[in-house]
Amino acid sequence: MNFPVLSVITFTPLVAALIILLLPANRKNAARAVALAAAAFALILSVWVYFTYDQAAAGYQFIEKYDWLPVLGISLHFGVDGISTPLVLLTGVVMFTGVLISWGDDHPHVMAGIQDRPREFFAFLFVLATGVFGVFVSLDLFMLIFFYDIAVFPMYLLIVIWGWNVTREYAAMKLTLYLLIGSIVSLAGILVMFIVQFQNTGILSFDMLVMENAGFSSSFQILWFLPVFLGFAVLGGIWPFHNWSPDGHVAAPTAVSMFHAGVLMKLGAFAALRVGIMLLPEGAKYWQWLIMACAAIAVVYGAYIAFVQMDFKYMVGFSSVSHMGLVMLGFSTLNREGLLGSGLQMFSHGAMTALFFAVVGMIYDRAHTRQIPELGGMSKVMPFAAVGFIIGGLVSMGMPLFSGFIAEFPIFLGVWREQWLVAVVSSISIVITAGYILRNVRQVFFGELPEKLAGHLTDITVMDKLAIAMLCIFMVLIGLYPNFMVPMVQTGVDYILRLLGGS
Amino acid sequence: MFSSTMFASILPEILILLVGMVILIVEPFWKEEKRRNVGWLTAGGLLAAMVICLLVARPGEPTSTLGGMVRFDWLGFFLKMLFMFSAAVTALLMMDHERLGARGEAYILLLASLIGMNLMAVSSDLIMLFLAIETASIPLYVLSGFMLGDDRSTEAGFKYLLFGILTTTVMLYGFSLVFGFSGTTDMYQLAEMFRVGAITPLAAFAILALILVGIGFKVAFVPFHFWSPDVYEGAPTPIAGFLSTASKAAGYAVLLRLFFIAFPEPSLSNSWTITLAVIAAVTMTVGNLLALPQKNIKRLLAYSSVAHTGYTLIGVVALTQLGAASVVFYLAAYILTNLLAFGIAMAYSKVTGLENIQDYAGLSRRSPWLGLMMLTAFLSLTGMPPFGGFVAKVVVFAAGIEAGYTWLVLIGVVNSVIGAYYYLNTLKFVYLYRMPNEDEENHPIPLTSPYAIALVALTIGVILIGTAFAPWFNWSDAGALNLF
Repeated sequence: MNFPVLSVITFTPLVAALIILLLPANRKNAARAVALAAAAFALILSVWVYFTYDQAAAGYQFIEKYDWLPVLGISLHFGVDGISTPLVLLTGVVMFTGVLISWGDDHPHVMAGIQDRPREFFAFLFVLATGVFGVFVSLDLFMLIFFYDIAVFPMYLLIVIWGWNVTREYAAMKLTLYLLIGSIVSLAGILVMFIVQFQNTGILSFDMLVMENAGFSSSFQILWFLPVFLGFAVLGGIWPFHNWSPDGHVAAPTAVSMFHAGVLMKLGAFAALRVGIMLLPEGAKYWQWLIMACAAIAVVYGAYIAFVQMDFKYMVGFSSVSHMGLVMLGFSTLNREGLLGSGLQMFSHGAMTALFFAVVGMIYDRAHTRQIPELGGMSKVMPFAAVGFIIGGLVSMGMPLFSGFIAEFPIFLGVWREQWLVAVVSSISIVITAGYILRNVRQVFFGELPEKLAGHLTDITVMDKLAIAMLCIFMVLIGLYPNFMVPMVQTGVDYILRLLGGS
Repeated sequence: MFSSTMFASILPEILILLVGMVILIVEPFWKEEKRRNVGWLTAGGLLAAMVICLLVARPGEPTSTLGGMVRFDWLGFFLKMLFMFSAAVTALLMMDHERLGARGEAYILLLASLIGMNLMAVSSDLIMLFLAIETASIPLYVLSGFMLGDDRSTEAGFKYLLFGILTTTVMLYGFSLVFGFSGTTDMYQLAEMFRVGAITPLAAFAILALILVGIGFKVAFVPFHFWSPDVYEGAPTPIAGFLSTASKAAGYAVLLRLFFIAFPEPSLSNSWTITLAVIAAVTMTVGNLLALPQKNIKRLLAYSSVAHTGYTLIGVVALTQLGAASVVFYLAAYILTNLLAFGIAMAYSKVTGLENIQDYAGLSRRSPWLGLMMLTAFLSLTGMPPFGGFVAKVVVFAAGIEAGYTWLVLIGVVNSVIGAYYYLNTLKFVYLYRMPNEDEENHPIPLTSPYAIALVALTIGVILIGTAFAPWFNWSDAGALNLF
């Protein structure tokens, strides 16, 4: 038996959460140190998984399987493929940088990071991280939905306790109810799939690798694809169910926004792909047009709404809707280019949006405003953050040499192959994105520092800089050297295409 | 005449009786300030009884004993263990109740009721069943109104008594009709009577309706639910917890055995399953909607427990082995979770004297561990992993879908979301809001040892059912197998 690396990655945050809870409440730095150590450990292991994944062999690797409830065919079945390996890495990176950002700065003018009850904060955040890792590595549907829900509910507490005190109660409840409806509708769909598989084949199993051969009839797939896919896609921020996302992002504390936009939205997209498209391919083909339309609307509409925002964080929140729309758009093509682009975009957007939220959080903690017109000249105070944001902005606009280009180009290519009109319409978003990114970079980071802010702003901490640098490295690395990730995702896409019948 | 099976089949009840007798003998000799220790004696005695039964009185093949009055099988045994566990926890929670704690007779009544519940789980004869139900109910009438001079408690006891007597009488009338038509009171023979058509479908349906009234009162489904918020609010909190868990589960035990054994005939079951399906849908919806505006935590839990009755009914409606197993599993998860919730309410009001939801503001700062336990209880009620409520809900829904009740499951799905709103809203008070002066550190919530033991054990139990769920489900499944 090999080293069970995936379960160690998955349960490291949970164990860390328990240790953190057992610390005395006043030892704030001890809680932070444990959190950082656990995050570093998970990061190292996920990097190790990424580099030891055998791309030539492809398929699911690092498989672990333990029977959990054999009577109902539930097993703890872990494994990663070319799609989920980058996402595990992404989770490791965002978790580590999220802890760095939350370390905070207790300078009296700043009070950045988490100062109130950090013990509970890190414990809940890490329970959530376990859920996220669990979804990415689970090959068992029951365990997938189990971890999925674990990833959803701590969000309520994280936002409601440590969030922005103006909208947090409203936003947290809205977010949780949206996601809960999504997850429980998907759960109903999954149970129906489970029962129908049993009736078709006589096999009682939640195992997805088994369920791929369940022989669901076309009419069944067409009926149940939408509840399952859309239920998960709610968390992926698909239009018209995206409404929770900007509110939730804005109300959440910085690290939670990073986690949420960076990783959790990928969770929804990933589960929609893994359960919706891969297990119900006929349904996916039937509803392709609908998903494509919703995604295209999300792409353009999200970008447009982001363009008119005056609140910096809302702008980033809506840009997430737009970029996650691209992921869904890639899914909806059901062809090689589109799926490849989506796989890359999930990673690229995760790193980019985590960076955005980190920088926005740093600015807000110091300037105490997020209104774009009230900000200015930030590059003089925090040059490092400015550079980071600009790199993120270039990724967001899809500039060549950055990961955004590597991801978005194949998506548009794939869409063009399916339906050129949609490609034309959704590519408008690139222009709008360039518009709001450039405008905000100029307004927030350049120009004169407003008088109100001059004097008492401080630079970001070393921890913050480290976090920004880490996120930037991945975006530039993929842009300059696409081979870092493209072949890996390619192996995952090949597998999906086989399930779709080699279209 | 006398066999060891006979003895083993009622060993739990014999041991409970022994514990009660020991209490009766010992308690008068204890000084007033030491009388609270009767709670330790009760809980310890019950746990010891459970261990003894698990060691020597486990059932083998299902058999009828004691002249066909009692069925000795896993279903009954597993449920008995659940009831005894919840009575032990209730005894611990009673210890520091100012009006119950030092009164030996309260514990005796609890044990008497427990014996009745245990027999409800195993009765295979209608006469035995009726006696068991009455044995379980009468002590609870007394306990609900135990706080003399307290108007709400008196009201609770009286309301429970009147409503209980009324519905039980209606049920008894149903039983008498059964006997009149078929000439037997044995459930297993009754099934045969229905099979050969000795009772016309119309008469059978009337009988079923009458019996459902009595059971509906026990498990509190709509329209027989409206006693529960008033009684839970007025009754002493530990008793309310016991009413909402063991007492309700005992009702389900009867529902399972009576309906799965005596009335499974398709010509008959089609009519009652659809009736129960509609009742289930209405029950969960009404429970959840009425829970939304509640201000008092006990009333909130009362309506939430009505909603959970609705979810559990899905498993009964399914009328399959998975359905029965899911009901038993749901009961196990629900008993632990709800006892935890009531235990916290008890511990909190013991220190603060308050039981409105808004009074829970600042709880997580006053006592982080109590806050986490409340989080566990309420998220489990919401149906969130890794707590028991999640797995329970999944198996119940799976059973519903397997039996073709997808519409009912979808109603359950919608209801889970409504439920999430008020559970999370309560947690918002616990975690977000603060006390008026923001001086939580000056208002700690010390837990006395009975509370600490009971609550920690329940919390661990809720998490265990939600993660290592295999053994629990296998036991439930073994019990369910006895019904087919």
